[in-house]
Amino acid sequence: MIPEIGHFALVLAFGVSICLAVFPLYGYLTNQNGFCATAKPLALLQGFALAVSFGVLMYGFLAHDFSVKYVADNSNLDLPWYFRMSAVWGAHEGSLLLWALILAFWGVAVALFSRGIPDHMSALVLSVMGMISVGFLAFMLFTSNPFVRILPFAPGNGADLNPLLQDPGLIFHPPMLYMGYVGLSVAFAFAMASLISGKLDSTWARWSRPWTTVAWAFLTLGIALGSWWAYYELGWGGWWFWDPVENASLIPWLVATALMHSLAVTEKRGLFRSWTLLLAIAAFSLSLLGTFLVRSGVLTSVHAFANDPERGVFILGFLIVVIGGSLTLYAIRASKVSEPGEFGWISRESFLLFNNLMLTVMAVSVLLGTLYPLLVDAVGGGKVSVGPPFFNAVFVPLTAILVSGMAFGPLAKWRQSDDPKLYRPLIVTLIVSVLVGLVWPSVLDGNYSIGTALGVTLALWLAIATGVDFVKKVGLYGGLGATFARVERGMIGMWLAHFGLAVMIFGVVMVENHTEHRDLRMGVGDTQQLGNYDVRMTDLAVINGPNYVADQATFEIYQGETLYKTVTPQKRRYNASGMVMTEAAIDSGFTRDLYIAMGEPLGEGDWAVRLSVKPFVDWIWAGAFLMGLGGFVSITDKRYRKRIKEEKAEAAVEGATA
Amino acid sequence: MMRKLLGACVLGLSLSVQAAIETYQFDSPEQEARFRQLGYELRCPKCQNQAIGDSDAEISGDLRAEVYRMLKEGATDAEIKDFMVARYGRYVLYNPPLDQQTLVLWFGPAGLLVLGGILVVLRIRQSKKALEEGESQA
Amino acid sequence: MNRLMVWLPLGVFAILVGFFFKGLTLDPTEQPSALIGQPVPAFELTDLNTGQLLSRDMLPKEPFLLNVWASWCITCQVEHPYLTKLSEQMPVVGLNYKDTETAAKNWLQKLGDPYALQIFDPTGRLGLDLGVAGAPETFLVDANGVIQLRIQGEVNDRVFAQKIQPMLETIQ
Repeated sequence: MIPEIGHFALVLAFGVSICLAVFPLYGYLTNQNGFCATAKPLALLQGFALAVSFGVLMYGFLAHDFSVKYVADNSNLDLPWYFRMSAVWGAHEGSLLLWALILAFWGVAVALFSRGIPDHMSALVLSVMGMISVGFLAFMLFTSNPFVRILPFAPGNGADLNPLLQDPGLIFHPPMLYMGYVGLSVAFAFAMASLISGKLDSTWARWSRPWTTVAWAFLTLGIALGSWWAYYELGWGGWWFWDPVENASLIPWLVATALMHSLAVTEKRGLFRSWTLLLAIAAFSLSLLGTFLVRSGVLTSVHAFANDPERGVFILGFLIVVIGGSLTLYAIRASKVSEPGEFGWISRESFLLFNNLMLTVMAVSVLLGTLYPLLVDAVGGGKVSVGPPFFNAVFVPLTAILVSGMAFGPLAKWRQSDDPKLYRPLIVTLIVSVLVGLVWPSVLDGNYSIGTALGVTLALWLAIATGVDFVKKVGLYGGLGATFARVERGMIGMWLAHFGLAVMIFGVVMVENHTEHRDLRMGVGDTQQLGNYDVRMTDLAVINGPNYVADQATFEIYQGETLYKTVTPQKRRYNASGMVMTEAAIDSGFTRDLYIAMGEPLGEGDWAVRLSVKPFVDWIWAGAFLMGLGGFVSITDKRYRKRIKEEKAEAAVEGATA
Repeated sequence: MMRKLLGACVLGLSLSVQAAIETYQFDSPEQEARFRQLGYELRCPKCQNQAIGDSDAEISGDLRAEVYRMLKEGATDAEIKDFMVARYGRYVLYNPPLDQQTLVLWFGPAGLLVLGGILVVLRIRQSKKALEEGESQA
Repeated sequence: MNRLMVWLPLGVFAILVGFFFKGLTLDPTEQPSALIGQPVPAFELTDLNTGQLLSRDMLPKEPFLLNVWASWCITCQVEHPYLTKLSEQMPVVGLNYKDTETAAKNWLQKLGDPYALQIFDPTGRLGLDLGVAGAPETFLVDANGVIQLRIQGEVNDRVFAQKIQPMLETIQ
């Protein structure tokens, strides 16, 4: 009975989304405020309906309702409650419901926080978001319904959640990621509203900026979480594989980064309006494209959610409507905006153009590599594989070029910035970066690595340049306190994000060039060296987990004579599915991770064991975290808070006079 | 549905996405480095997009053993890759060789960079001109 | 943005959509064999049943199927009856892949042995040379010993009609 409530709520949400898509747009086109005014209440109603639907599905998991097919396929009586909750989005249908829920949530947010925007504009924005909802809800109701029942004979137990997903990673990574993906729909909707209304001045950029920044920040954190999860979960210490599904999240991220920067120019200088519009359309379109790639089966991936060409056709149809429609409207309307603006060869505008150029080329390159096997096969060229060797060969140099330019942008002024004095600090920056970069690899063990030298130079170049800009501003405002109190939050955000990128690059360079790992045969009583430590296997036992049985080895890690730590990696076999999984033991440190994973039993109580030292690997995710933090700090800017305060004051006045 | 299930049993092993940890002994660190590099560049023919160095599927293990055998016998990297391609097709190379079919792939990014660069330059030139005109009028 | 360039994104998208539609009809996991058009690789293995040393000149001199199977392979059990039926039309040579002698012999005893020859390949060496990635796989070899087709997965009515039959007709 209860699942039917969830189903009903889903259908209700579908109906509401159709109204939301149609009424405000109709109201706008026929100039009827009444219809426009339905936008916000409908958005709120949609959010409520989807919350109910989602809540019911989650209840089904918590209550072990195996009469719901999706629950039966993805849960189990022995599955711990916290994994049962996250199992809601552990497979295709449920993750779509999460998508729809988050889309509705962003709609609610726009409805609530858009009082600074003229009603007819927010009506259009919500209408466009409603149209996207219609597509997702239709997709669910007609092809991927999470509420399908197994009646009258519900199974007594479920098939269990894929053991790879029985992890806190599943609790955080998809929601964060979707907040990002779906959040880009707001920027898309603003761009569309702007095109529909023909109001192509730069005000849409001003409104759209905080929404884009927040979505970008969530996407950054979501991708970083996914990478971290893969690292500790998959058992061999990799953190990025250039898998199509990973690329499907990276490509919109790159475009969203370009969009964020382009919006800055459009907001502040009224320039690049048409290009920024295109980026806003592209960012969300690429999110949708990712949905298609991941669920249609056109690409092979370890992460693929579904391999269903029939569903693929539906999604493709949806893409044609949304992306084709928006690009057509863009082509018709956008050619009317064109203004060269006035700026010189060396100016903040041109540096931001350079930024956009690099990010766009990076995004298209990754897209090209991801789609290439499909493209070649489709023209009858057979099967070709494009993997990490290609992506690394292309992406790394492009990143290096981008990062080289990042030092200049913040120091440059708008319009005309060819005064060499502005950039003098960069001379010292360059000297220090190169010197330290050249020296650093020789301080480390092993052969001198030029890759490390270049990478460290680049990271330092960015970090110090960002620091230089920071110090300059502190000098300008007179002290740290004054700076943080008065400087634009967006500037603080930029410092954090750029510095975070430098931190991340350093981590990547160190881990990729200086990981030591040894695959060894070890039995109880054996000791092996690992970096500066000695690792002794002291025990081997069989452990019964809540829904698995594990072979657990105990390792004592010694630094000289002192015991530093005891770790217990496991090799688990999950009861319901029979799947075998490696739980690596990781000792995280500021300068390195120690990584111990069990391979296969070799007989006579010996196991193949991998011992690794991964230098500075946590800097990768620390850097990404700083980037995301920078994004969130940016939106605490005074002008957005002032508006909220103003709105509250208005509301108070209205309340008093009502 | 049954067919899909049976298809999944093709290897007789469940798909496990695990570390490929074996205790091979190498003649030198360079040889070990080559082994790892080849494990990174060769694709597992039966997996969902994994290199043979990353996958624990049986065929991956067989191919790693073969790479190890050939390395010990003194084969060059090119010979090992050719060996694999002769049997499994060029699908098995994650680093697509540059040939007629992969021209767009390998030259695309650089070409795009050049093209985009030209567009950016033209754009800045336009603005620079407007800037100068604006200043001369002032 | 000038007049024509604004239509470029839509144009690129349209081309991509075309590719995607085509892509939905393709199977990215399917791989054609690298040995199509080449002779069966040379080998020196024994026959599972007779212990006789086999080589490739002892293979049938008419079109035949080379079936890669193992006792640990569940799908092989499923396709076995169909192969038995096929063996009445054309020779089916077995390649027992990465298996143990006893397990394989028991399997054949239990399910029947339709194979004209049974190449015993416990190390998977011949399998590797054939580009075998798992079991079952079946190769169609012509009268000159040249490989013309490879099927990955189960051979059944549908597969035979759609893939093997047409190729058989071409080579005869």
